[in-house]
Amino acid sequence: MSTIEIRKITKTFGDFTAVRDADLTVSAGEVVCLLGPSGCGKTTTLRMIAGLERATAGDVIIAGQRMNDLPPEKRNIAMVFQFYALYPALTVGGNIAMPLHYEGLGSAETAARVNKVADILHLREVLDRLPGQISEGEKQRVAVARAIVRDPNCFLFDEPLSRLDVELRHSMRGQIKGVLSNLSKATVIVTHDQLEALTMADRIAIMRDGLIEQVGTPHDVFAKPANVFVASFIGTPQMNLIEAQFKGYSNGKAKVAFDEQDVDLTVNPAVASLKPGKLTVGIRPRAFSVVPSDTRDTIDAVAELIEPMGAETLIHARTKTGSDIRVVVPRDKRVKTGEALHLVPDPAQTHVFADDGRAVRA
Amino acid sequence: MASSVSFWERIGFRSAGGVGDAGWGRTLVVALVSFIYFLPVLFIIFTAIKPQALALSVPPTLSPTSLFGLIPEQFVFTPTLENFGSVFSRIMTVGGQPEATGFDRYFFNSIVIASASVLLALVIGTLAAYGFSRYPLKGNDTYLFIILTTRMLPAIVVIIPVILMFRAVGLSGSYFGIIMLYTAFNLAFTIWMMKSFFDELAPDVEDAARIDGSSEVKVFFKICLPQVIAGLAATFVFGLILTWNEFLFALLLTGPDTRTVPVAMNQAVSSGGRGTDWTLLAAIETLFLIPVFLVTFFLQEHLLRGVTFGTVRK
Repeated sequence: MSTIEIRKITKTFGDFTAVRDADLTVSAGEVVCLLGPSGCGKTTTLRMIAGLERATAGDVIIAGQRMNDLPPEKRNIAMVFQFYALYPALTVGGNIAMPLHYEGLGSAETAARVNKVADILHLREVLDRLPGQISEGEKQRVAVARAIVRDPNCFLFDEPLSRLDVELRHSMRGQIKGVLSNLSKATVIVTHDQLEALTMADRIAIMRDGLIEQVGTPHDVFAKPANVFVASFIGTPQMNLIEAQFKGYSNGKAKVAFDEQDVDLTVNPAVASLKPGKLTVGIRPRAFSVVPSDTRDTIDAVAELIEPMGAETLIHARTKTGSDIRVVVPRDKRVKTGEALHLVPDPAQTHVFADDGRAVRA
Repeated sequence: MASSVSFWERIGFRSAGGVGDAGWGRTLVVALVSFIYFLPVLFIIFTAIKPQALALSVPPTLSPTSLFGLIPEQFVFTPTLENFGSVFSRIMTVGGQPEATGFDRYFFNSIVIASASVLLALVIGTLAAYGFSRYPLKGNDTYLFIILTTRMLPAIVVIIPVILMFRAVGLSGSYFGIIMLYTAFNLAFTIWMMKSFFDELAPDVEDAARIDGSSEVKVFFKICLPQVIAGLAATFVFGLILTWNEFLFALLLTGPDTRTVPVAMNQAVSSGGRGTDWTLLAAIETLFLIPVFLVTFFLQEHLLRGVTFGTVRK
């Protein structure tokens, strides 16, 4: 079976810990994205799975077999690199055939396999050219072709689309997703682009500073972020994270003080267990409704900057004491700079994070 | 790819556009400066084909051809090849018969010693450089620095201990001794050059090869080496030029059988007490130029890329 499992793997470089106690299971046919800002250890994790880095501690298990001590060439995996890593001295066809040489296939069989993947990825015309003579998009497809020409245990992608322009990225995202769905292999994709992760992955593992902060479906990490970091990292425009004083909970509503203003917010019942004190309220920019000024329990702010985004309009507003709030309203809702906004958050999309940053959720 | 490069393209006349973007004016300035640089070499070549009597004539003869009347008659000489003949065989004593000078042997020695030591240094140095680049040791830079210190002392300082050691172990005058010495000297240069070429390569490509199933040996031979051919060519040519022209160690450590051309050249012109035979010297030098000239010429395509490595982001 094509599965990947990492158990408590840790990687240290000298005093620096790049990855700490990472746990992740990828089942056959599943695509898991490692998502995080640069330097968070996601590529190191991938390289440990590939065997290009040795895990300092923990186990890497591929297809049910512990692989820690095996070099990459013995792990039967395929990997696509960020900069494609095509062999500059070989033609496109030679590049794609490279992984097959080590399987000892005949030249007819090799050619047939190369042509098959070249057809899938529309590379038939460029098979005789050198990597330096083809476009970025074609290089990317050659890298993918080289990965899928074999029948490996699993696929690893390191920032596969980061070098492509926006248009190409869109179409490649679809193509890769299509190719992967036909192969039913465990796949790990490393990316810093949340849109890439949200669209391509079955599950997303969000990393920060060497720790996996949350693993969940694209829906889960967006709708139920486990902590302040995940909440701020997933979603554009970024979720509003407003620091507030928690004063008490009654009848399903939390009394919360934003700056000097006391507001009763409908929140998750689990908030009842919190002691009064500091907390962070997270509300997505699209979860606000703008209401008339006489409504009770509103968050008040003044519109400072209006950014039309096409279908919607992004408003940067500021509260009395200077907190920045991003609000997205439909295009037909006209707001002028300097206008006072009275905002009511959608209770289902109001997240409360305790003082330590963890989400408070039943 | 190489076969499609014509002679003219090879020496720099690209067919696209004829004159490069700089235009004729600047091209002419550069051509003039290049000509001035080439003048000493040209003068040696012309001297080599002059009749011996005209070597020191006043006014000097400048050209074997009048260039369709451009050069006045008194500066023109009639070219001859007799000097090249006397490199290999000439009359040594007054009234005697022509004798073999042994220069064929010396040229053979120069070619064998220079190419053997440069190639040996290239093989060992490339492996060492790959190691330094890919498997850094604790204190990697210190070792590299120490390797380079062997080239920091002037030859004249180290020559005496080297002579004494060569005498003690009986290496004086042997091919093996001088080849080992030159190899040791070239190694420092080769390791530094090749390490910087290996450092330039994208490590991802090697990782990809490993994942595709290559062993470390295959990664080196199939993936890394083909990418540093320019570096190998550049290192080979520079090493060859340095070794080919080396005089001091060759003078003191080669015997009559293993003498190299620079040493023999020195002895050919200074012996006999008849003053210096300038046309003979020029003929030896012209012949001496040819091998290095040819090697450089045929590796030029790689050499230019090698010399400018790192200046352009690949």
